[in-house]
Amino acid sequence: MSNLVFLVPLFPLLGFLINGLFRKSLSKPMIGVIGCGALLASFVVSAILFGNVAAANRLHPGQPIPATVLFDFINVSSFKIQFAFLADQLSCLFLLIITGIGFLIHLYSTSYMHEEPTEHYGRYFAYLNLFVFSMLLLVLGANYLVMFIGWEGVGLCSYLLIGFWFKNDNYNYAAKKAFVMNRIGDLGFLLAMFWLLAKLGTVDYNQVFAKTALLSKTDITAITLLFFVGAAGKSAQIPLYTWLPDAMAGPTPVSALIHAATMVTAGIYMIARSNVLYSLAECTQHVIAIIGLATALFAATIAIKQNDIKKVLAYSTVSQLGYMFLGLGVGAYTGAVFHVMTHAFFKALLFLGAGSVIHAMHHEQDIRNMGGLKKYLPKTHLTFLLGCLAIAGIPPFSGFFSKDEILAAAYAHSPIYWGIGVATAALTAFYMFRLYATTFLGNFRGTHDQQHHLHESPAAMTIPLMVLALLSVSGGFAGVPEVLGGDHQLHGWLSGVITSEKTHHLEHSTEYLLMGVSVALAVLASVFAISRYSKKPELQEATGLGKVLQNKWYIDELYDAVIVKPLLKLADVLKNVVEKSGIDGIVNGVGKFVHYSSRQLRLLQSGLVGSYILVIVLSIVVLFLVFWNQSIILQFVQKIF
Amino acid sequence: MPIQYYIALASCLFCIGIVGVLVRRNAIIIFMCIELMLNAVNLLLVAFSKMYHGGAALSNATTTAGVDGQLFVFFIMVVAAAEVSVGLAVIVMMYRNVHSVDVNFLNRLKN
Repeated sequence: MSNLVFLVPLFPLLGFLINGLFRKSLSKPMIGVIGCGALLASFVVSAILFGNVAAANRLHPGQPIPATVLFDFINVSSFKIQFAFLADQLSCLFLLIITGIGFLIHLYSTSYMHEEPTEHYGRYFAYLNLFVFSMLLLVLGANYLVMFIGWEGVGLCSYLLIGFWFKNDNYNYAAKKAFVMNRIGDLGFLLAMFWLLAKLGTVDYNQVFAKTALLSKTDITAITLLFFVGAAGKSAQIPLYTWLPDAMAGPTPVSALIHAATMVTAGIYMIARSNVLYSLAECTQHVIAIIGLATALFAATIAIKQNDIKKVLAYSTVSQLGYMFLGLGVGAYTGAVFHVMTHAFFKALLFLGAGSVIHAMHHEQDIRNMGGLKKYLPKTHLTFLLGCLAIAGIPPFSGFFSKDEILAAAYAHSPIYWGIGVATAALTAFYMFRLYATTFLGNFRGTHDQQHHLHESPAAMTIPLMVLALLSVSGGFAGVPEVLGGDHQLHGWLSGVITSEKTHHLEHSTEYLLMGVSVALAVLASVFAISRYSKKPELQEATGLGKVLQNKWYIDELYDAVIVKPLLKLADVLKNVVEKSGIDGIVNGVGKFVHYSSRQLRLLQSGLVGSYILVIVLSIVVLFLVFWNQSIILQFVQKIF
Repeated sequence: MPIQYYIALASCLFCIGIVGVLVRRNAIIIFMCIELMLNAVNLLLVAFSKMYHGGAALSNATTTAGVDGQLFVFFIMVVAAAEVSVGLAVIVMMYRNVHSVDVNFLNRLKN
């Protein structure tokens, strides 16, 4: 039955090929059915696989799931890499998230993208399927190379989809930015992979993890750090995070797909997959925890002052990803994966809800022009509110459990981590409810025309919202911690893969206290945000610190000044000095020299027969002289040299 | 007669021919100078041939050594005759066209 594995990525690939090749001849409903059908089929297969793994887990607990080898990918004497899929507990969980949420996003897209011309509609679904295909490849690979193929694939698809409306130059720049930032990270991944190959001769997960004893301390630290560079690029951590907020240029469902189901979770997946390596590299773990924490706080402060509905959500994603890295850094791998799962639910919900709002407002994204949408979009409003509650970490919504698990692990590691984490959680609650209050509460502030056309979105958009809302509410129950009377099923489920989890023992009273503080702060922040922004939203331009936050700490400008501008300057110098005077000078100089000397030589050919004959005769005389005086000349030459 | 005399005479004739070709502009005189050079070579060939044959005949009275030098002379005379017929025809045509036999006059192919 495990041979079904190859079907999971096959369906989206087929969907991509059909929609991509026949996008001009297929009708819109047909394209939609193919796009969604591929994902649904893949979801069903994933569910079957999940069931199989669960059954195997019950029968032989603790026994590793074997990989399915499809073919030999690289086979050069002793160097052998197989194209193999591994559908174990961790990848099955990701499969369900990717295909399940992916399917809902596809369904939503059929309605959201309906105004596009058929050809672009087909292109959109083709890219979307390719995106899911790449992500499935990434998750299913049984070695780092297959993962890398998917890793590059999602980078490419994010480029294609962010720049989907390619007639807008700014969108193209955003797409390029995403691609370049990802490439920087990919370089780290590649180097780490080469390092592994050089030291161990294999990139197969099981073999690598079995052979860790052969690696020196330096090797492990360097490899994990390089892998982390890759993860920071893909999962938008400091300093490579700036592409993610710009990725908002793509259609809203694409943002949902990038932020929830695919792409940004790749880094977390990779580190959780390599947990054996990471647990051996304490230094790397510190780096990860600090960068994760810094990103979480940093992005949260930026989110407070953003006025674009999608930008707020984008920075909140960066911030939540920071949480996940904090979890990975303190050894709470299960917590990080758990947060990936719950985050996928509520972030997809929030993005799709934002899409519904944007759809209703006729592509207006500035929350200062919204307000009072509660009346007009009841279903969107309710689901969005549930999403906000979930991300703010209010019990018993899903975000509470996963965030709390990470925070508890952070506390066990260092109370400072916990403090910053909780502050970020309060900020999260604050900016989410600022967004909610400004958008849905108060009075409508848009134009009269917009108000006239306000309408609830069609069923194809609201049904995914409702399903996701349900998941956001209940998703946390997969990992109820022991202190609250649960048995943390997710922990047990992943124990076969995540073998190096750091267990921490906190007193129950401490845990209750930690939970109480974080929940109280979140609730306070939410209430404060609602009371502050529902009546009097922030309409005027921000000043002082607010302005700095609104401009994202001027990080883009900083990168521009420190990296982009000098690079352009260098390119200018190379172009004007090295290329023009140097290389062109040599090439043109050769041409000029030949031209000049030929013009001088031409004068010899005077057309006077007499002069030619004279030269002939003189030459013969010289030859005779040379011939007769050979020995003297040779002696002379030898004397000189 | 010693061979040196022949060589000196042939060299003189050859040099006169060369100098004539170089300094004169009249095509007919140039022609004659070329003939002079050819005949200087002919003279030299015949002289060497005789010298060689004479040396070989001392040991073997019926030898044909040195005959090939004289054969070459005939070749050269035939070729020279053919050349003269073509060359004179060219000079006649040249005179008809430009009413001159000055070689420097016929440099219109230049430029």
